Amino acid sequence: MERDAAARKVRIEVDGWSLNAAPGSMLIEVTDAHGIYVPRFCYHSKLSVAANCRMCLVEVERAPKTLPACATPVTEGMCVHTRSRAALEAQRAVMEFLLINHPLDCPICDQGGECELQDLAMGYGRGVSQYQESKRAVVDRDIGPLVQTDMTRCIHCTRCVRFGEEIAGLRELGATGRGEGMEIGTYVAHAMESELSGNIIDLCPVGALTSKPFRYTARTWELREHASVAPHDGVGSGVLLHLREGRVMRVAPAPDEEVNEVWLSDRDRFSYEGLYSEDRLREPLLRAADGWRPVTWETALEFAAARLREVLREAGGGAALGGLISPSSTLEELRLFGRLVRGLGSPHLDHRLRQGSFGDSGAPPLLGCSMRELEESDAVLLIGANPRQEQPLLNHRLRKAALRGASVMALNSIRYDFNYELTFTRVAAPSRLPEALAALTAACQGSGAEYAEAAVTAAARPLREARHARVLLGESALAHPRYDELQRLAATLAQSCGATLGYLAPGANAYGAWFINALPGTVAKPGEAAYAPAESNGASTPLDALGMLRDPRAAYLLLGLEAELDCWDGRLATQALRQARLVISLSGYRTPAMLEYAHLLLPIALYAENEGSYLNLDGRLRSFSAAARPPGEARPAWRVLRVLGDKLGLEGFGQHRVEELRADLPVRPSGDSGVPSETSIAPPDSVQDAARDDPMALELCVDRAMYSVDALARRASALQATVHAADATLRLHPAAAARLGLGARARLRRHGEAWVLPVVRDPRVPEDCLYLRMGHPLLAEVGAPHGRVTLEAVS
Amino acid sequence: MFAGIAMKIRSGISTLLLLELLKGMRLTLSQMFRPKVTVRYPEEKTPQSPRFRGLHALRRYPNGEERCIACKLCEVVCPAVAITIDSEQRADGSRRTTRYDIDLGKCIFCGFCEESCPVDAVVETHIFEYHGEQRGDLIMNKEKLLAVGDRAEPEIAAARARDSRYR
Repeated sequence: MERDAAARKVRIEVDGWSLNAAPGSMLIEVTDAHGIYVPRFCYHSKLSVAANCRMCLVEVERAPKTLPACATPVTEGMCVHTRSRAALEAQRAVMEFLLINHPLDCPICDQGGECELQDLAMGYGRGVSQYQESKRAVVDRDIGPLVQTDMTRCIHCTRCVRFGEEIAGLRELGATGRGEGMEIGTYVAHAMESELSGNIIDLCPVGALTSKPFRYTARTWELREHASVAPHDGVGSGVLLHLREGRVMRVAPAPDEEVNEVWLSDRDRFSYEGLYSEDRLREPLLRAADGWRPVTWETALEFAAARLREVLREAGGGAALGGLISPSSTLEELRLFGRLVRGLGSPHLDHRLRQGSFGDSGAPPLLGCSMRELEESDAVLLIGANPRQEQPLLNHRLRKAALRGASVMALNSIRYDFNYELTFTRVAAPSRLPEALAALTAACQGSGAEYAEAAVTAAARPLREARHARVLLGESALAHPRYDELQRLAATLAQSCGATLGYLAPGANAYGAWFINALPGTVAKPGEAAYAPAESNGASTPLDALGMLRDPRAAYLLLGLEAELDCWDGRLATQALRQARLVISLSGYRTPAMLEYAHLLLPIALYAENEGSYLNLDGRLRSFSAAARPPGEARPAWRVLRVLGDKLGLEGFGQHRVEELRADLPVRPSGDSGVPSETSIAPPDSVQDAARDDPMALELCVDRAMYSVDALARRASALQATVHAADATLRLHPAAAARLGLGARARLRRHGEAWVLPVVRDPRVPEDCLYLRMGHPLLAEVGAPHGRVTLEAVS
Repeated sequence: MFAGIAMKIRSGISTLLLLELLKGMRLTLSQMFRPKVTVRYPEEKTPQSPRFRGLHALRRYPNGEERCIACKLCEVVCPAVAITIDSEQRADGSRRTTRYDIDLGKCIFCGFCEESCPVDAVVETHIFEYHGEQRGDLIMNKEKLLAVGDRAEPEIAAARARDSRYR
């Protein structure tokens, strides 16, 4: 029956062409699909139909008046004229009304040259207005550091309002007043807090909403467009870099229904500012007796090769080397980095900088389904995940699933704000997270009477009954010190309900790094399961990202990371690096900490200046080429590694083009979902923690600020001006703050050090927890992101 | 046969009487009583049309504010690609140039820049006497252009006023 309906088509005639259309579809959808252009302002294919601009009026035979194409469903035998005299007259009249109040400030408007109103005014506008009265003026509101408003230019298409309600899930913008008094503004005078707010810049057909960082810096016709891939999350959103004179001026989404649809997260859109930060490395820097000294590449690489050989010989072989690489590195960089580290005889290589334990099954960090399939899920369980901040566009897919009726459930340590209804939320302090998950797993297996809690049993039902159930482990789960337990429990849970298991691993190329085998071990063959969990700390046991910091090495090779902020335990990382005899850091930036621990800094190209590929969370190969020149002497990291490998006389470093490094990659590699064969639950150990009895001690609960996930985002000044920027504050439940008698500031003590920081009362935090949003340099020395800390009141 | 003989006789007479010379002398004589068109250039100058396209200038409003709003229409319309503009948001929020260069070595004085300007900021003045001792001297930057505008504003304004009926 359904199939019949889908196969049935209605025939309509548009401008003399006979077209087939699905019944119920709107006229404008049919004309768009067949390449017949109907002018429009308020219609957008991803938003609901508002039909308030009236620009798409067309003539329909036997209809008394012209009809809006965006709100007129097709019917059998309909005969439409989009360019007839009546249609054009109606469109011209609408245009005249729209231009009554639109200011004539196109020369200073950033939208000029790409403005839908300007384009249509060329076709439909009259040269002379009949309007003699004074024009309307609207006061602008400051709606945050990302979006600039010029509300006098607004034509009230309400695309931004509908975007807020339908896509962002936050009623941030709204229309007040009617007629000429109508104004678009934020309902409450607060900055737009959506992680997708930048999209309203693209949606606005006029220059009322434009990009604030881009403001007045270039005209649209000066910009060259270059397709690339966003480097901040596993979605691998396609971006269009807009360059002027070799400099990235702004970033727009590259539409791709399978990946980012037509959207882009703010992080991907505004992070380009980081490329032009003051602290970019412009030339190789070598530590000399009298401080840092710029050197030539030749000197730098000769030094690197000679010194690596020397230090490793003195320290007793290749195992004294540790290699840490950012999970946002390209496949080509990962491949050469792995060859270099293993070529020097070291099995200690890892990209999982943020992982808290490594005893998991070593499954590929994939989503477990495609992004489109995620949208079609019936039940989703999020474990230790805040997808809105970790993978904003995946969260949009989840939101679509939730709006379709899927039950989305979350098991977290913070009561995160979701922009859709959760059917089940469980907030447990990090130390109790495995137990909470075990209870849910037992309920899903239908066993475990001891866990029989009504809410948990009720939560398990949709997972068990769903046709498409997903279990997703988020960044907080991966960073959990008992991640191996969580992963096993999640895998068991997924298996017992027939759900797919997915990972929201941090970094743009986490799956690529797994695929290319940037993991501890000696096997360099891609795709081969070489990963062996480090069980004992024997000299030859491959050490993981945490192991090689806990068991310090004599030499470290770092690529694309700032260890103090990017490693799981920044304090441990800086300590390990400081004691090392040789630290070579391939980095886009220099940081104060890096200047302390490193011996050689090699400047590398970032993002738009780099070339390479990522494998995103659903295993899609996303390749990109360089759009801009790197600053100064900086070079793409794969070239640096290639020459360094050559100088060291290692095998497999003869490439001249980056494509040679990806020739043997499949277009869409697949991996197994990581669901184990065993079904037994490992009962979680109840944590014996003496400090738990101490009423003044709080359990540390940590996540990363959304705009501090990597070096580039941390330097994007507009992002850092938003409310989501990392701040050094102590967040705790109001009741906890009252119990501890804290005022506006408190002293945090750990490792014999103290930090006096502002206290934020946040009811989302469990009462016995202290929530730190990491990413701020002040918090880099706090240490491991778990355990217990004490807070003292300061007067 | 007869025609040939008659032509020979006629030319013989005109050669004998110096008629060609007298014709020329008559033209010379007639010119002596007409007004002179030669101007003695450095001391004297020919009159200029208000539409004369000479050295460029950037104008200001009477309150001293520069007119240019960095819309870059002149830059994009320039057929010789002689104009280079960088822009920014000034502290007061207005759109302004940080750089406005015209390379006079490239400029073909077509006047499109002036014509495209929505605020009459860039104009071509009546000034045609300028020189550079080095090639770099012929690259006009924002300061030089504004200085030209400040110096020649009365003439620029007068020329625009004279031509306003036809614009």
